[in-house]
Amino acid sequence: MLELKNISHHYKNQSRDIKISVLENINLLINEGEFVSLVGKSGCGKTTLINIIAGYIQPVGGSIFVNSEKVIAPGKDRIVINQAHDLFDWMTVYQNMGLVSKNDGAINKYLSMTGLSEFADAYPYELSGGMKKRLSLARALVADPKFIIMDEPFNSLDYQLKEKLQEELLDIVRKSKKTILFVTHDIEEAVFLSDRVIVLSGKPTQIKKELVVSLPNGRDISVRDSVDFIRLKNIIKAEI
Amino acid sequence: MTTPIFTNNRLQNTLINLLSIVSALLFWHVLSVFVYPASTIIPAPSEVFSALFELITKRDIFTHVFTSLTRVIVGFSIAVFLGVGLALVAGYYKKVGTFLKPLIEFLRPIPPIAWIPIAILIFGLGDTSAYFIVFMGAFFPIFTNSFFGVNSLPVIYENVARSFEIKRLIFVKEILFKFSLPYIFTGLKIGMGMAWMSVIAAELIGAQSGLGYFIQLNRLLLRTDNIIAGMIFIGVIGYVLSWLLLTVEKRVIPWSNKK
Repeated sequence: MLELKNISHHYKNQSRDIKISVLENINLLINEGEFVSLVGKSGCGKTTLINIIAGYIQPVGGSIFVNSEKVIAPGKDRIVINQAHDLFDWMTVYQNMGLVSKNDGAINKYLSMTGLSEFADAYPYELSGGMKKRLSLARALVADPKFIIMDEPFNSLDYQLKEKLQEELLDIVRKSKKTILFVTHDIEEAVFLSDRVIVLSGKPTQIKKELVVSLPNGRDISVRDSVDFIRLKNIIKAEI
Repeated sequence: MTTPIFTNNRLQNTLINLLSIVSALLFWHVLSVFVYPASTIIPAPSEVFSALFELITKRDIFTHVFTSLTRVIVGFSIAVFLGVGLALVAGYYKKVGTFLKPLIEFLRPIPPIAWIPIAILIFGLGDTSAYFIVFMGAFFPIFTNSFFGVNSLPVIYENVARSFEIKRLIFVKEILFKFSLPYIFTGLKIGMGMAWMSVIAAELIGAQSGLGYFIQLNRLLLRTDNIIAGMIFIGVIGYVLSWLLLTVEKRVIPWSNKK
């Protein structure tokens, strides 16, 4: 269970000696096995929230708890998949995985789950954009974290590839039974992937609305045309 | 019909390259025959080539080559070890970097040859002085480039390492060091050039063996042909050394420049 309790954060503007509030009183509970999306406009403080959950920065107010234990530093239980390139360019696909886990069986399992088995000896520069994202995911999975936090991972990809990777992600999440916190500004993406969508307001960021996505579990692309899907999409759109 | 034009261009370029060498030799020949006829000042190219041939067949010069190379390898190795090592430490512990910076910035602009007098006073004539001068020449480019590399590590890699709880030593070895390798190699290539230059300079003044000493000795003997032959040796070896490093670089960091 991942718990955000009264998280508030601000940045200090040194030159004008003022505080710029970024996050205000955010409370959120994510249960194991859930797929939760945070949706908000670009620049609304989503990345700051991720950095706090990951433990890279300490919030000015409030705390994060993993199974009732307070988070004070980054750790293997919460792995972030970044929007930016975060693979080690000087290591092959297999070495990227091997740096994180010494379990060859697990490495091979997740390489095959993400369709990268044939590319184990390739360097990241030899992979396509989609394959790089899959490797980031495989590397996170092999560390066996409790939570995977994805920060707009498909942002830089074209539409077709994005749709394909979304379906693959759902499939992998089902197989690996991981808890996912997915951050995006793409409403359709959030509805398609999640069990629950949290809508964030503009600065300072607060939780504006919480929606349970009551779509079937084994979703495929056709669900995007369903009445329920469009209805949910419109509700969120109205909130943002 | 684009291919023939391309090959023509290549052929043309090779011809122009050859022309530049031939015209330089011709100029040299004219200079030696008509302007400075005494061979003690400017020997003809043919005289230099026969001197070169004699040096190679008699094998005298190879002891000097071997001595100079050994000095470069010793001084350069110490510079690599200390330069890269210190850069990694200074990059990881930022306070060490802050401590070292003014010292490095003060010492860096002093040309390695300016250290020769004090090196001779402290270490005497010979190998140790030469090691020291070579080290002084190679250390600063190696350290500054490596340090720059270590400091360019993107924060995202640090964060990834912290999240995956990667141990400190593995972080330094597998992430910090390997990320910096392209920068380190830039330092090594510049450092190698400096090392080779420095050893010749050191031997001109502070040694009794080596290629620098060889050309200096032949000045006293008025054997200009041997001096130029020795200079050709120095140039060729310098070229081979930098070519060797380039080959190693391509082998060690195939991923560089391909992001």
